[in-house]
Amino acid sequence: MAEKIDHPVKKVALIIAKGSIEDVYAGLIMANGAVMEGIECKLFFTFFGLDAITKKRQNKLKTGVVGNPAMRMPGGLPFPTLLGIIPGVEAGVSAMMKKQMLDLDVPPVDEFLDMIVAGGGEIYACKLAFDMFKLKREDLSDHVIDVITVGRFYELAAGEGSQIIFT
Amino acid sequence: MATKTYAGINVDVNDEGYLTNPAQWTKEIAQEIAREEGINLTDKHFQVLEYLRDQYSKGSVLTIRGVGKSGITDIKGLYELFPGGPLKKSSRIAGIPKPTSCV
Repeated sequence: MAEKIDHPVKKVALIIAKGSIEDVYAGLIMANGAVMEGIECKLFFTFFGLDAITKKRQNKLKTGVVGNPAMRMPGGLPFPTLLGIIPGVEAGVSAMMKKQMLDLDVPPVDEFLDMIVAGGGEIYACKLAFDMFKLKREDLSDHVIDVITVGRFYELAAGEGSQIIFT
Repeated sequence: MATKTYAGINVDVNDEGYLTNPAQWTKEIAQEIAREEGINLTDKHFQVLEYLRDQYSKGSVLTIRGVGKSGITDIKGLYELFPGGPLKKSSRIAGIPKPTSCV
């Protein structure tokens, strides 16, 4: 306990590299939680995580329903992977995930980014993945401050009491 | 349980300084807790505090999104009113328990 008080987390730099609902929201919830605690926060989106800051995709994220052993049916029975290949199942499961989060006041991705930015959080895109996916600056949502290199990310993450978290 | 004196009134507080009995809260107490947090309360602050107390008394889960949709202030405004702890500090000043929500 004394340790915690002596060395508080002052800054977090979160890397979001995957684009499923749960991967993106895990990072966004940690980022929002950080700014709510007065912790400086930088968010770095890379690879499929870029979907979360791509205007056309950010509110259409999906949860993987094939090969997800933790997946359950409503009621708790195991969810057979073969069900996941039926058209519409992924969309239905994803809609349900979003609905259940909204019930807890966890908003859609664009609004969640609004909240994080309102609290002083900063959003960045990874240059390498941005180039690889052939994105244009106008494809990215207005929350994005800049498209940056890994080197720049480490500079931004630097500081005493700073943590880098890969989600 | 600890007690603390704010504005000449003894109130019960927990080890994090949150009032344990919201009924003991007064505006004068709020002013003194706010001073400890480095905040000077304005009318806008009090509107937020009243909103939080009202929601708490109804048993609602408090979130910054909820405050942002209350019509009192947007989320950016809430951060400006209570820097470094939009929900945590406002709840303490409002004399209600520390929020248990992650958003």
